[in-house]
Amino acid sequence: MVFYLVSIFIVAFIALYALMAVWAERKVSAYMQNRLGPMETGKFGLFQTFADIIKLIQKEDIVPTAADKALFFIAPVLVFLSVFMGFAALPVTYGYISSDISLGVFYLLAVVSIEVVGILMAGWSSNNKYALLGSVRSVAQIISYEIPAVIAVLSVVMLCGSLNLQDITMQQGIYAADPIYFLGIWKVNAVGGFPAWHIFQAPHLLIAFFIYFTASLAECNRAPFDIPEAESEIVAGFHIEYSGFKFAALFLAEYAMMFLVSMIAVVLFLGGWNTPLPNIGSLALADWTSGVAWGVFWIIGKSMVMVLIQMWVRWTFPRFRMDQLMSFCWKVLIPVSFGCMLISAIWKLAVI
Amino acid sequence: MQNISVPSDYFPIVLQILAALGFVAMTMVMTHLIGPKRRTADKLENFECGIEQQGDARSPISVKYFLVAILFVLFDVEVIFMYPWAVNFREFGFQGFIEMFVFIGLLLAGLFYVVKKGALDWE
Repeated sequence: MVFYLVSIFIVAFIALYALMAVWAERKVSAYMQNRLGPMETGKFGLFQTFADIIKLIQKEDIVPTAADKALFFIAPVLVFLSVFMGFAALPVTYGYISSDISLGVFYLLAVVSIEVVGILMAGWSSNNKYALLGSVRSVAQIISYEIPAVIAVLSVVMLCGSLNLQDITMQQGIYAADPIYFLGIWKVNAVGGFPAWHIFQAPHLLIAFFIYFTASLAECNRAPFDIPEAESEIVAGFHIEYSGFKFAALFLAEYAMMFLVSMIAVVLFLGGWNTPLPNIGSLALADWTSGVAWGVFWIIGKSMVMVLIQMWVRWTFPRFRMDQLMSFCWKVLIPVSFGCMLISAIWKLAVI
Repeated sequence: MQNISVPSDYFPIVLQILAALGFVAMTMVMTHLIGPKRRTADKLENFECGIEQQGDARSPISVKYFLVAILFVLFDVEVIFMYPWAVNFREFGFQGFIEMFVFIGLLLAGLFYVVKKGALDWE
């Protein structure tokens, strides 16, 4: 019964978060371009996306005559589902994780990839030239960027020796059972805080983190990798024929996906629910800001900051060209991520 | 760290799938049923920037995309096999390290060949 309530709570929270994220994105872009953004609906336009979703629910559900009816219906469900499945395996706070499975990392990598099938289904079933082109580009991009992401995650797994996400989180703070070192020299089990995070435990994990972050931008089809949805050339990519609530589901899934990849990055690299504040002598900041409630606060707060960085990147950088994006992945990111993995292996053998 | 999970650990995932599926499918069916239905032949045509539809969208796609797909399958399968090795890295020790990096070296030699062959040149 408790599990059931928690599942519903997580789905509701993420859906609500996605609505607010759409609003936040519009506000962030507005401030970056010296505009005001949505202002009319509610204070600071806070209810703008709620109004939008109510409008979308009322709209006529248009299915083009040339479309493949069944696949056209299944595609948004699959995209939505693949994103929400991922949240079940993420650690929420100290001692609590919905699904405490020993293959957590594996499960997440598998679930995140299911979205590709949904996107290809959406593009194919629409029978629209723009949609098909957008989905083919999207699939080529997502599957290419998955390889550096998976290898970057592998270098973390090698240091931890576990695929359980709760174990991985535990090793990045004051609750760590094994000795942990800041940059391999300074023992930080009692200090905790940000020096205990994975990106500071070994310097090459910082590079691995950047590889994962870049790849996660590409997996969410976010700028500078938003060529699948490039409005100026292929209108809106794979969701061009979607209207009403089906469009809303695809849109919510996109923002929920941003949160999911941010949360995975936070758990693997940025300490998960561990506090960023270290113990400094008698000022035991890490001890004071650790606990069940603080854990929820820190993991959600850190993930939100990551989402904000994704938005910031989107409104700062221009779009890559398709060939640049593919050669950047295959010729730069994949060799560098293998290099990270090699350093991880040597680090594990020599330093720890 | 050898905690083996039992099938019941996957139960919350099933619940989460059901909750998400219930929400999205129900809302989709409901909006389909209660929404307005004013269908005309022109409205249900595919969008092509206002001009009449020209032929079928499902035209042949450049073979370069399939090449990327095949490379993905190759690399991803190899990387998936590295995960069990990475978890047990400490037990395998130096010998395991050498064995795996000979394998990765061969894989990277393959990548080098693919790049030199021009399979990833998109211009």
